[in-house]
Amino acid sequence: MSTEAIAVAPVKKAEPLFSKKNRKLMTNPLDIDNPITVQVLGVCSALAVTTQMKPAMVMAIALTVVTASSNVIISLIRNTIPSRIRIIVQLGIVSLWVIMVDQLLKAYVYDVWKQLSVFVGLIITNCIVMGRLEAFAMGNKPGPSMLDGLGNGFGYGMILLIIGFFRELLGGGSIFGFKVFEAMGVHYQGNGLMLLPAGACILVGIIIWVQRSINGYRETH
Amino acid sequence: MENLISIGVRSIFIDNMIFAYFLGMCSYLAVSKKVKTAFGLGLAVIFVLGVTIPINWLIQNYILVQGALGWISPDLATIDLTFLQFIVFIAVIAAMVQLTEMAVEKFSPALYGSLGIFLPLIAVNCAILGGSLFMVGRPYNLAEATVFGFGSGIGWMLAIVALAGVREKMKYSNVPAPLRGLGITFILVGLMSLGFLSFLGFSL
Repeated sequence: MSTEAIAVAPVKKAEPLFSKKNRKLMTNPLDIDNPITVQVLGVCSALAVTTQMKPAMVMAIALTVVTASSNVIISLIRNTIPSRIRIIVQLGIVSLWVIMVDQLLKAYVYDVWKQLSVFVGLIITNCIVMGRLEAFAMGNKPGPSMLDGLGNGFGYGMILLIIGFFRELLGGGSIFGFKVFEAMGVHYQGNGLMLLPAGACILVGIIIWVQRSINGYRETH
Repeated sequence: MENLISIGVRSIFIDNMIFAYFLGMCSYLAVSKKVKTAFGLGLAVIFVLGVTIPINWLIQNYILVQGALGWISPDLATIDLTFLQFIVFIAVIAAMVQLTEMAVEKFSPALYGSLGIFLPLIAVNCAILGGSLFMVGRPYNLAEATVFGFGSGIGWMLAIVALAGVREKMKYSNVPAPLRGLGITFILVGLMSLGFLSFLGFSL
């Protein structure tokens, strides 16, 4: 968004943080405005870290923190960023947050950090973060921007957990490392396809199919 | 030499950025509607990957890793700057993309016009940063890192042009309405990725 458009935007009256409009910012990304299945953002990590539920959940929390906090910072300084160099300013702020999250994960959950490998660093180039900064934080106040960041983080996390649930259950027969089928006394031969990239892609396709059958969203060619 | 060829083949086919690591999926899905634009973006990705990975290799090995600053003065040999990796790499990538953009605009306005918005967007393509981060984790020397960069780029272009070719034909088929567009594209990528699994059998 150009600085001009921000300058002419009408001054809004103060509104409560959890007004109806602001609640929409949180709930829309869970369904009709989902970052992964509708906006097609942040797909890379959604497919790569979801072989098990635990890394998927850590990744979702990390991304939510980074999105919400960089949204707030960018929103605070949005009127002082020259529009020509805004991408590099945004990248700088996002990478500061990612470095912090990365160091924290390394310190407290080292085994999950090992499993996530390069994907923590890749939050910097995660399209959800950049997309929300560009589309929302550059033109809105810090409060709504934070809610928007949280909402999109939750929408991303929801899809991640659904994919992770099916991949871990069908691929390894467990949930959060708990052997479900063994506990029930049933022998289960893990389905290797689910652990492969291909299985994840097909699973996302099916999730999109189900979601769009329910909410009626259609894409034309 | 043999080693370089094997790294090249490996990064194009076996460790394909898209089909093995899912890197750069956002632009991969968004820009694969037409073969022509897919090809242009693929070329730009090859160039940027091929240039940034050697530069980041030099930065990593002469500035960031522990003991790397020893070439300035022995007193600095204990400094470990690897925690700055992300921010330095992304700065290099953004700067290189900006340079590429200016160079292309100056020397080939026609190509610049056809690439349009995709050129600056390469800065936030995960395949570029991912390539640099993979390079750091592997014991490559400068030549190997360069070959790895170009190979990964070629693999990415191969994948996006192939998907664009299939998607152009998709409009003639009768896909269930809720599955149209994104849904069927994901399933297509899954099937193509299964095909690329056959390269796993190569021993290099």
